[in-house]
Amino acid sequence: MGIFGKVSLSTILQKIFGKKHVKIGIYGPPNVGKTTLANRILRDWTGDIMGSVSEIPHETRRAKWKKDVRVENGNSSLVMDIVDTPGITTKIDFKDFMNTWGLSKEEAKQRAKEATEGVIESIKWLEDIDGVLLVMDSTQDPFTQVNVTILGNLEARNLPVLIAANKIDIEDASPATLKSAFPQHPVVPISALTGYNADNLYSTMVKHFSKKRKKKRR
Amino acid sequence: MTKKDRGISFNLVSRHKLQELSSEEKLKFILREVKNGKILVLEHGLTPIEQTSLIERTMKEIEQDTFIGVEMEGYGEDQPTFFQRLLGITRKPRITLIGPANLLKTVKKDNDMIQIKIIPGRGAK
Repeated sequence: MGIFGKVSLSTILQKIFGKKHVKIGIYGPPNVGKTTLANRILRDWTGDIMGSVSEIPHETRRAKWKKDVRVENGNSSLVMDIVDTPGITTKIDFKDFMNTWGLSKEEAKQRAKEATEGVIESIKWLEDIDGVLLVMDSTQDPFTQVNVTILGNLEARNLPVLIAANKIDIEDASPATLKSAFPQHPVVPISALTGYNADNLYSTMVKHFSKKRKKKRR
Repeated sequence: MTKKDRGISFNLVSRHKLQELSSEEKLKFILREVKNGKILVLEHGLTPIEQTSLIERTMKEIEQDTFIGVEMEGYGEDQPTFFQRLLGITRKPRITLIGPANLLKTVKKDNDMIQIKIIPGRGAK
Protein backbone atom coordinates (compact mmCIF):
# COMPACT_ATOMS: atom_id res chain seq x y z
CA MET A 1 0.00 0.00 0.00
CA GLY A 2 1.43 3.38 -0.96
CA ILE A 3 1.44 6.66 0.88
CA PHE A 4 -2.12 7.36 -0.27
CA GLY A 5 -3.50 4.18 1.27
CA LYS A 6 -6.38 2.70 -0.75
CA VAL A 7 -7.09 5.90 -2.63
CA SER A 8 -5.69 5.76 -6.14
CA LEU A 9 -3.56 8.48 -7.66
CA SER A 10 -6.15 9.11 -10.41
CA THR A 11 -8.83 9.72 -7.76
CA ILE A 12 -6.59 12.22 -5.99
CA LEU A 13 -5.76 13.99 -9.25
CA GLN A 14 -9.44 14.15 -10.14
CA LYS A 15 -10.17 15.68 -6.75
CA ILE A 16 -7.51 18.33 -7.25
CA PHE A 17 -7.92 19.16 -10.92
CA GLY A 18 -11.23 17.82 -12.12
CA LYS A 19 -14.95 18.25 -11.61
CA LYS A 20 -16.93 15.78 -9.54
CA HIS A 21 -20.47 16.74 -10.44
CA VAL A 22 -21.66 18.04 -13.81
CA LYS A 23 -24.92 18.66 -15.63
CA ILE A 24 -24.83 17.03 -19.05
CA GLY A 25 -27.38 17.72 -21.79
CA ILE A 26 -28.15 15.12 -24.42
CA TYR A 27 -28.73 17.11 -27.59
CA GLY A 28 -29.29 16.49 -31.28
CA PRO A 29 -31.83 16.64 -34.09
CA PRO A 30 -35.08 14.64 -33.78
CA ASN A 31 -34.95 10.85 -34.19
CA VAL A 32 -31.21 10.33 -33.71
CA GLY A 33 -31.73 8.24 -30.56
CA LYS A 34 -31.26 10.73 -27.73
CA THR A 35 -33.82 9.14 -25.42
CA THR A 36 -32.67 5.64 -26.35
CA LEU A 37 -29.16 6.69 -25.28
CA ALA A 38 -30.45 8.38 -22.11
CA ASN A 39 -32.32 5.17 -21.28
CA ARG A 40 -29.18 3.12 -21.94
CA ILE A 41 -27.08 5.29 -19.61
CA LEU A 42 -29.69 5.25 -16.86
CA ARG A 43 -30.37 1.52 -17.17
CA ASP A 44 -26.65 0.77 -16.94
CA TRP A 45 -25.95 3.04 -13.96
CA THR A 46 -29.22 3.41 -12.05
CA GLY A 47 -31.49 0.63 -13.29
CA ASP A 48 -34.07 3.24 -14.28
CA ILE A 49 -35.12 4.72 -17.64
CA MET A 50 -35.66 8.29 -18.85
CA GLY A 51 -38.68 8.09 -21.13
CA SER A 52 -40.56 6.45 -23.98
CA VAL A 53 -39.10 6.14 -27.47
CA SER A 54 -40.84 6.07 -30.81
CA GLU A 55 -40.09 6.07 -34.53
CA ILE A 56 -42.28 9.14 -34.89
CA PRO A 57 -40.13 12.27 -34.61
CA HIS A 58 -40.53 14.57 -31.60
CA GLU A 59 -41.52 11.81 -29.17
CA THR A 60 -39.67 13.75 -26.44
CA ARG A 61 -41.34 17.15 -26.29
CA ARG A 62 -40.34 18.18 -22.77
CA ALA A 63 -36.87 17.99 -21.31
CA LYS A 64 -36.49 15.22 -18.75
CA TRP A 65 -33.72 14.87 -16.29
CA LYS A 66 -32.26 12.50 -13.81
CA LYS A 67 -30.02 13.71 -11.01
CA ASP A 68 -26.97 12.11 -9.44
CA VAL A 69 -26.08 9.44 -11.97
CA ARG A 70 -22.67 8.11 -10.98
CA VAL A 71 -20.70 6.85 -13.98
CA GLU A 72 -17.50 4.99 -13.20
CA ASN A 73 -14.33 4.54 -15.18
CA GLY A 74 -11.89 2.29 -13.40
CA ASN A 75 -10.85 4.09 -10.24
CA SER A 76 -12.36 7.44 -11.16
CA SER A 77 -16.00 8.40 -11.44
CA LEU A 78 -18.19 11.36 -12.23
CA VAL A 79 -21.63 12.19 -10.89
CA MET A 80 -23.85 13.58 -13.62
CA ASP A 81 -27.26 15.15 -13.82
CA ILE A 82 -28.42 13.90 -17.22
CA VAL A 83 -30.85 16.09 -19.18
CA ASP A 84 -32.61 14.48 -22.14
CA THR A 85 -33.70 17.34 -24.39
CA PRO A 86 -36.29 17.47 -27.20
CA GLY A 87 -34.83 17.33 -30.73
CA ILE A 88 -33.77 20.63 -32.23
CA THR A 89 -34.98 21.52 -35.71
CA THR A 90 -35.59 24.62 -37.82
CA LYS A 91 -39.01 23.53 -39.08
CA ILE A 92 -42.04 21.59 -37.92
CA ASP A 93 -44.89 20.77 -40.28
CA PHE A 94 -47.88 19.05 -38.71
CA LYS A 95 -48.73 17.55 -42.12
CA ASP A 96 -45.60 15.37 -41.91
CA PHE A 97 -47.08 13.65 -38.86
CA MET A 98 -50.29 13.00 -40.81
CA ASN A 99 -48.81 11.97 -44.15
CA THR A 100 -45.80 9.99 -42.95
CA TRP A 101 -46.95 8.67 -39.60
CA GLY A 102 -50.71 8.45 -39.99
CA LEU A 103 -51.65 10.73 -37.09
CA SER A 104 -55.04 12.42 -37.16
CA LYS A 105 -55.12 16.13 -37.94
CA GLU A 106 -55.78 17.01 -34.31
CA GLU A 107 -53.05 14.74 -32.99
CA ALA A 108 -50.62 16.05 -35.59
CA LYS A 109 -51.33 19.68 -34.77
CA GLN A 110 -51.01 19.05 -31.05
CA ARG A 111 -47.73 17.16 -31.52
CA ALA A 112 -46.37 19.94 -33.75
CA LYS A 113 -47.33 22.60 -31.21
CA GLU A 114 -45.67 20.71 -28.36
CA ALA A 115 -42.62 20.04 -30.54
CA THR A 116 -42.09 23.78 -31.16
CA GLU A 117 -42.23 24.37 -27.40
CA GLY A 118 -39.76 21.51 -26.93
CA VAL A 119 -37.21 23.08 -29.26
CA ILE A 120 -37.44 26.36 -27.33
CA GLU A 121 -36.97 24.48 -24.06
CA SER A 122 -33.91 22.65 -25.41
CA ILE A 123 -32.29 25.92 -26.43
CA LYS A 124 -33.01 27.47 -23.02
CA TRP A 125 -31.31 24.54 -21.30
CA LEU A 126 -28.06 25.44 -23.07
CA GLU A 127 -27.66 28.24 -20.52
CA ASP A 128 -27.66 25.81 -17.64
CA ILE A 129 -25.46 22.87 -18.54
CA ASP A 130 -21.78 22.05 -18.15
CA GLY A 131 -21.32 19.80 -21.15
CA VAL A 132 -23.13 18.18 -24.06
CA LEU A 133 -23.45 14.68 -25.35
CA LEU A 134 -24.34 15.47 -28.95
CA VAL A 135 -26.07 12.53 -30.58
CA MET A 136 -25.78 12.12 -34.33
CA ASP A 137 -27.17 9.44 -36.60
CA SER A 138 -24.15 7.79 -38.20
CA THR A 139 -26.27 6.60 -41.13
CA GLN A 140 -27.05 10.21 -42.10
CA ASP A 141 -25.20 13.18 -43.57
CA PRO A 142 -23.40 14.81 -40.61
CA PHE A 143 -23.35 18.35 -42.03
CA THR A 144 -26.93 19.23 -41.17
CA GLN A 145 -27.52 22.81 -40.21
CA VAL A 146 -28.79 21.74 -36.80
CA ASN A 147 -25.56 19.83 -36.07
CA VAL A 148 -23.43 22.71 -37.30
CA THR A 149 -25.47 25.28 -35.33
CA ILE A 150 -25.43 23.31 -32.07
CA LEU A 151 -21.70 22.64 -32.34
CA GLY A 152 -20.93 26.27 -33.18
CA ASN A 153 -23.04 27.42 -30.24
CA LEU A 154 -21.28 25.08 -27.80
CA GLU A 155 -17.85 26.06 -29.11
CA ALA A 156 -18.74 29.74 -28.63
CA ARG A 157 -19.69 28.96 -25.01
CA ASN A 158 -16.57 26.84 -24.54
CA LEU A 159 -18.68 23.91 -23.36
CA PRO A 160 -17.17 20.43 -23.72
CA VAL A 161 -18.86 18.33 -26.40
CA LEU A 162 -18.72 14.60 -26.89
CA ILE A 163 -20.27 13.30 -30.11
CA ALA A 164 -22.08 9.97 -29.87
CA ALA A 165 -22.13 8.50 -33.39
CA ASN A 166 -25.28 6.47 -32.84
CA LYS A 167 -26.98 3.65 -34.77
CA ILE A 168 -23.79 1.78 -35.67
CA ASP A 169 -25.84 -1.43 -35.51
CA ILE A 170 -27.36 -0.40 -38.86
CA GLU A 171 -25.53 -1.74 -41.90
CA ASP A 172 -24.88 1.55 -43.73
CA ALA A 173 -23.63 3.42 -40.65
CA SER A 174 -20.43 5.35 -41.17
CA PRO A 175 -19.06 6.69 -37.87
CA ALA A 176 -15.76 7.41 -39.66
CA THR A 177 -17.57 10.10 -41.68
CA LEU A 178 -18.58 11.79 -38.42
CA LYS A 179 -15.04 11.58 -37.11
CA SER A 180 -13.62 13.23 -40.19
CA ALA A 181 -16.41 15.85 -40.26
CA PHE A 182 -15.78 17.03 -36.69
CA PRO A 183 -12.13 16.32 -35.90
CA GLN A 184 -12.06 18.97 -33.16
CA HIS A 185 -14.31 16.88 -30.87
CA PRO A 186 -14.11 13.33 -29.53
CA VAL A 187 -16.45 11.01 -31.46
CA VAL A 188 -17.50 7.68 -29.98
CA PRO A 189 -19.33 5.19 -32.21
CA ILE A 190 -22.17 3.54 -30.33
CA SER A 191 -25.40 1.64 -30.65
CA ALA A 192 -27.69 2.98 -27.94
CA LEU A 193 -30.17 0.29 -28.92
CA THR A 194 -27.88 -2.71 -28.41
CA GLY A 195 -25.40 -1.14 -25.99
CA TYR A 196 -22.48 -1.86 -28.32
CA ASN A 197 -19.41 0.22 -27.33
CA ALA A 198 -21.26 1.79 -24.37
CA ASP A 199 -18.28 1.13 -22.07
CA ASN A 200 -16.06 3.21 -24.34
CA LEU A 201 -18.65 6.01 -24.27
CA TYR A 202 -18.79 5.96 -20.46
CA SER A 203 -15.03 6.10 -20.00
CA THR A 204 -14.78 8.96 -22.52
CA MET A 205 -17.62 10.80 -20.75
CA VAL A 206 -15.86 10.57 -17.39
CA LYS A 207 -12.54 11.73 -18.81
CA HIS A 208 -13.92 14.47 -21.05
CA PHE A 209 -16.54 15.99 -18.75
CA SER A 210 -14.32 15.93 -15.65
CA LYS A 211 -11.96 18.50 -17.12
CA LYS A 212 -12.27 21.95 -15.65
CA ARG A 213 -13.07 24.67 -18.16
CA LYS A 214 -14.07 28.27 -17.96
CA LYS A 215 -17.63 28.55 -19.23
CA LYS A 216 -18.45 31.61 -21.32
CA ARG A 217 -21.83 33.09 -20.45
CA ARG A 218 -23.95 34.76 -23.13
CA MET B 1 -50.60 40.56 -56.55
CA THR B 2 -51.13 40.00 -60.27
CA LYS B 3 -50.23 36.71 -61.89
CA LYS B 4 -47.29 38.39 -63.63
CA ASP B 5 -45.80 39.47 -60.29
CA ARG B 6 -45.78 35.98 -58.85
CA GLY B 7 -42.43 34.37 -58.48
CA ILE B 8 -39.82 33.55 -55.97
CA SER B 9 -37.93 36.47 -54.56
CA PHE B 10 -34.25 35.83 -54.03
CA ASN B 11 -32.43 38.60 -52.17
CA LEU B 12 -28.72 38.93 -51.65
CA VAL B 13 -28.12 40.89 -48.47
CA SER B 14 -24.78 42.65 -48.38
CA ARG B 15 -22.21 42.39 -45.66
CA HIS B 16 -22.49 46.15 -45.25
CA LYS B 17 -26.24 46.06 -44.56
CA LEU B 18 -25.82 43.21 -42.05
CA GLN B 19 -22.99 44.92 -40.22
CA GLU B 20 -25.19 47.96 -39.69
CA LEU B 21 -27.76 45.89 -37.81
CA SER B 22 -27.57 44.65 -34.23
CA SER B 23 -28.20 40.92 -33.67
CA GLU B 24 -31.74 41.72 -32.57
CA GLU B 25 -32.44 43.83 -35.68
CA LYS B 26 -30.83 41.24 -37.94
CA LEU B 27 -33.02 38.41 -36.62
CA LYS B 28 -36.19 40.52 -36.87
CA PHE B 29 -35.30 41.51 -40.44
CA ILE B 30 -34.57 37.91 -41.50
CA LEU B 31 -37.73 36.47 -39.99
CA ARG B 32 -39.91 39.22 -41.44
CA GLU B 33 -38.51 38.68 -44.92
CA VAL B 34 -38.66 34.88 -44.74
CA LYS B 35 -42.24 34.94 -43.42
CA ASN B 36 -43.05 37.04 -46.48
CA GLY B 37 -41.78 34.22 -48.67
CA LYS B 38 -38.38 35.62 -49.55
CA ILE B 39 -35.18 33.63 -49.83
CA LEU B 40 -32.20 35.48 -48.43
CA VAL B 41 -28.55 34.97 -49.16
CA LEU B 42 -26.56 36.65 -46.44
CA GLU B 43 -23.12 37.66 -47.62
CA HIS B 44 -21.99 37.65 -44.02
CA GLY B 45 -23.67 34.78 -42.19
CA LEU B 46 -25.00 34.60 -38.67
CA THR B 47 -22.88 33.63 -35.70
CA PRO B 48 -23.79 30.30 -34.07
CA ILE B 49 -25.40 32.15 -31.15
CA GLU B 50 -27.50 34.21 -33.61
CA GLN B 51 -28.43 31.04 -35.49
CA THR B 52 -29.64 29.45 -32.27
CA SER B 53 -31.67 32.56 -31.47
CA LEU B 54 -33.15 32.44 -34.96
CA ILE B 55 -34.26 28.85 -34.40
CA GLU B 56 -35.83 29.81 -31.07
CA ARG B 57 -37.68 32.77 -32.58
CA THR B 58 -38.76 30.72 -35.57
CA MET B 59 -40.38 28.19 -33.25
CA LYS B 60 -42.29 31.00 -31.52
CA GLU B 61 -43.53 32.30 -34.90
CA ILE B 62 -44.67 29.01 -36.42
CA GLU B 63 -48.27 29.17 -37.61
CA GLN B 64 -49.33 25.71 -38.57
CA ASP B 65 -51.18 26.63 -41.77
CA THR B 66 -48.98 29.43 -43.06
CA PHE B 67 -45.43 29.27 -41.69
CA ILE B 68 -43.75 25.96 -40.84
CA GLY B 69 -40.28 27.30 -40.17
CA VAL B 70 -37.08 28.06 -42.00
CA GLU B 71 -34.54 26.22 -44.07
CA MET B 72 -31.11 27.56 -43.27
CA GLU B 73 -27.81 26.42 -44.72
CA GLY B 74 -24.34 27.81 -44.46
CA TYR B 75 -20.90 26.99 -43.24
CA GLY B 76 -19.75 27.59 -39.70
CA GLU B 77 -17.03 29.96 -38.72
CA ASP B 78 -13.57 28.96 -39.86
CA GLN B 79 -11.43 27.85 -36.98
CA PRO B 80 -8.79 30.53 -36.38
CA THR B 81 -5.20 29.36 -36.62
CA PHE B 82 -2.94 29.35 -33.57
CA PHE B 83 -1.31 32.64 -34.60
CA GLN B 84 -4.68 34.28 -35.35
CA ARG B 85 -5.87 33.29 -31.90
CA LEU B 86 -2.67 34.65 -30.42
CA LEU B 87 -3.25 37.98 -32.15
CA GLY B 88 -6.93 38.02 -31.17
CA ILE B 89 -8.13 37.77 -34.78
CA THR B 90 -11.54 36.14 -35.05
CA ARG B 91 -12.92 34.65 -38.25
CA LYS B 92 -16.29 35.85 -39.47
CA PRO B 93 -19.19 33.52 -40.20
CA ARG B 94 -19.50 32.73 -43.87
CA ILE B 95 -22.27 33.02 -46.46
CA THR B 96 -25.67 31.68 -45.35
CA LEU B 97 -28.90 30.99 -47.18
CA ILE B 98 -32.21 31.27 -45.33
CA GLY B 99 -35.72 30.80 -46.68
CA PRO B 100 -39.17 29.47 -45.87
CA ALA B 101 -39.11 25.73 -45.16
CA ASN B 102 -42.13 25.16 -47.39
CA LEU B 103 -40.19 26.52 -50.35
CA LEU B 104 -36.66 25.19 -49.89
CA LYS B 105 -35.28 21.73 -49.48
CA THR B 106 -31.63 20.90 -48.80
CA VAL B 107 -30.54 18.10 -51.10
CA LYS B 108 -26.91 17.67 -50.13
CA LYS B 109 -24.32 19.43 -48.06
CA ASP B 110 -20.67 18.67 -47.62
CA ASN B 111 -17.48 20.57 -46.92
CA ASP B 112 -17.40 22.07 -50.40
CA MET B 113 -20.94 22.47 -51.64
CA ILE B 114 -24.49 23.03 -50.47
CA GLN B 115 -27.15 21.87 -52.89
CA ILE B 116 -30.63 23.28 -52.32
CA LYS B 117 -33.79 22.77 -54.28
CA ILE B 118 -36.50 25.38 -54.62
CA ILE B 119 -39.95 23.85 -54.79
CA PRO B 120 -41.96 26.48 -56.68
CA GLY B 121 -45.18 24.48 -56.70
CA ARG B 122 -45.51 24.79 -52.94
CA GLY B 123 -44.68 28.50 -52.94
CA ALA B 124 -44.65 30.78 -49.95
CA LYS B 125 -47.97 32.02 -48.68
